[in-house]
Amino acid sequence: MTVDRRGFFKLAGLGALGLAGARSLPVLGNPLPSPSPPESGPPSGVRWGMVVDLRACLHDEGCQDCILACDHAHNIPQLPDRKHEVKWIWKDPYEEVFPMQAHEYLEDALRGHPALAFCNHCNNPPCVRVCPTKATFRREDGLVMMDWHRCIGCRYCIAACPYGSRSFNWVDPRPYIEKIDPEFPTRTRGVVEKCNFCDERLARNEQPACVAACRNGAMTFGNLADPTSTVRLLLKSRYSIRRKPALGTHPEVFYLV
Amino acid sequence: MFEKALSGNRGYWGWIFFLLAVIGVGFVCYLKQLTTGLGITGMSRDVSWGLYIAQFTFLVGVAASAVMVVLPYYLHNTKVFGRITILGEFLAIAAVTMCLTFIIVDLGQPGRAFNIILHPTPHSILFWDMVVLSGYLLLNVVITHVTLDAERTGEAPPKWIKPVIILSIPWAISIHTVTAFIYSGLAARPFWMTAILAPRFLASAFSSGPALLILFCLILMRFTRFDPGWEAIQKMALIVTYAMLANIFFILMEVFTTFYSDIPEHLAHFKYLYWGLDGHHELVPFMWASAILAVFSALVLVNPKLRMQRSWLRWACLAVVASVWLEKGLGMVVTGFVPSPLGGVTQYLPTLREVLITLGIYALGALMITGFYHIALAVRGELRSASPS
Amino acid sequence: MYDGGKIITGLLVFLILVTVPVWFNAATHAQARAPQLKLPEGATACVEPTAEMRATHMELLNRWRNAAVRSDERFFTMPDGKVYEKSLSLTCLKCHDNKEEFCDRCHNYLAVSPYCWDCHVEPKGGRS
Repeated sequence: MTVDRRGFFKLAGLGALGLAGARSLPVLGNPLPSPSPPESGPPSGVRWGMVVDLRACLHDEGCQDCILACDHAHNIPQLPDRKHEVKWIWKDPYEEVFPMQAHEYLEDALRGHPALAFCNHCNNPPCVRVCPTKATFRREDGLVMMDWHRCIGCRYCIAACPYGSRSFNWVDPRPYIEKIDPEFPTRTRGVVEKCNFCDERLARNEQPACVAACRNGAMTFGNLADPTSTVRLLLKSRYSIRRKPALGTHPEVFYLV
Repeated sequence: MFEKALSGNRGYWGWIFFLLAVIGVGFVCYLKQLTTGLGITGMSRDVSWGLYIAQFTFLVGVAASAVMVVLPYYLHNTKVFGRITILGEFLAIAAVTMCLTFIIVDLGQPGRAFNIILHPTPHSILFWDMVVLSGYLLLNVVITHVTLDAERTGEAPPKWIKPVIILSIPWAISIHTVTAFIYSGLAARPFWMTAILAPRFLASAFSSGPALLILFCLILMRFTRFDPGWEAIQKMALIVTYAMLANIFFILMEVFTTFYSDIPEHLAHFKYLYWGLDGHHELVPFMWASAILAVFSALVLVNPKLRMQRSWLRWACLAVVASVWLEKGLGMVVTGFVPSPLGGVTQYLPTLREVLITLGIYALGALMITGFYHIALAVRGELRSASPS
Repeated sequence: MYDGGKIITGLLVFLILVTVPVWFNAATHAQARAPQLKLPEGATACVEPTAEMRATHMELLNRWRNAAVRSDERFFTMPDGKVYEKSLSLTCLKCHDNKEEFCDRCHNYLAVSPYCWDCHVEPKGGRS
């Protein structure tokens, strides 16, 4: 059954590739997954990862589709006080997202232009290392997850994250959620949250909300452990960078430049 | 023995009720924080630790510094410390209690605090900090109770307490080392990620802690018949001198490495501290004040003539405590977050409620110290029966 | 014993104070009435027998949440072959859609306040 799930993403990834205008690839098609629920437990031999095409994203600088889709799917509050902001995926200038890969003669296309930032789902996550209750943990398939039932709100993980990917609920978020989706929990005040790679959608064999929402084919999600997956083929064919690679966190989010 | 804390003159009770009032105000503010969240503080997404965790860090140092009177007395037979070891141990108890309270107050979900024990996680330094701090509290409670009880009955303390006291010496070093590891193991925060952080913490602790103890002795000598002996105070002053010099030396080591290597990521934090960054200068006056106080205290303390004068010693000790507090209890924690990993500078200013909660916890510590010292002096019959002038 | 009289009087006063509710109820013949829960219409069986659910549903929910959140084990199969998702919002509340008359009635009666609803969104209540 795991093969089916993998196959699904290959197909979905192919569609994204087509949009990105990549050169033709061998057909990787497997049948779509059967409608019956998947087996319980994470599939073995899977390591989820994401490839972001910075240029495809820059084509449409004002686009907020992925951010809005995420906000909506995860009941993310819109707090008026910037200090209390909660964000899972956002845009910041290239030089801030990639401080080690910027310089004064940087090409115009990148300088000062927004790049997507979100949790890197590191292979060697410092947030997981420091959490005193295992409220944040790394799943076998590579997802760095939060258990909001267990988080005590010590914010050690926020101090440990080199990417600023984590937010804390300084106040009760509910009054600031525009439209609550009853299918996904809100959070309570006093816990930390961050991007979960849409584990709730992966369980339903769906692409992450941001990937599904992107109209520019700038985001590709897939299995890094499978050499024939779309993400791997993309990484094989184009030059890619990661955020702060020198820290040894091994992000599983790659950026094509 | 505790009943001895319940008899005192009007000055004693006035002070106790004043502290209770400060605790009460802090508690009311904490109830507000409990119901609306940590949003009532000045902390933010970018500066996610503030005054609470900084006080925790400073007070772990105060707690660890008890070792500076216990070690000479028990390992080097420094008899003059006989009358003050218990003051150091009581100070440690109050300081650790304040530390644990600051941690609880800083939690977003304090009701789930026991998850740390329910799901023990040895790869988290915070887990180990919980272990060493509660262990240190237990050690000092046992030690003070047993030794003071022996003093009260006039008997020699039981033999088994000696190894417990010896154990408390490396344990004291461990609490501040582990607390430094909380910070120095984070690749995300270049300002903290320095191997000299633990030695720096220890040096600043061993200067500020005994300095605080000297000040307490001077206060007690004024209001009670307690007399630790001038020799003991001078010995402590010498400890403060060497520790403060080491502290300044270590800070200069840090400054050299940062500025000579010239790595922008490391430099930015120091710039924020001493010159300001992106138009934000909040900490600059405090950090220069800390530096000036450090130099002033060092100059006074290294001069034997000045060190031996009570008035100069008093000012030098005050300067040491203030300098270390500014550096550790104000600058050190916040600056780790400024600039943020994405380069942003977010201003952190504690709110009034946050300050009142902090003062409430300090009042709790002061209440404990007052009670403990009162008991210790009552046991020794050194309380003045007449009310103080 | 020092102050024996005072201590014993104090203990007696304390005893009387803590047992006031018992005396009060005995005097007014108040009787506790078990809460009447509104069971879902249409559904005939829960994932476990009623008695089992009544006694240990909180443990089941705890197991479910750990399995779903921490191990990604989201589905379970009933002996009759029916497959359910281990989810409070998506499984339990789909049948038990009236929180006030099901969850709250019993929880209020027993004076427990689980914090599920701080995060999980309660169903609209009743069938519309």
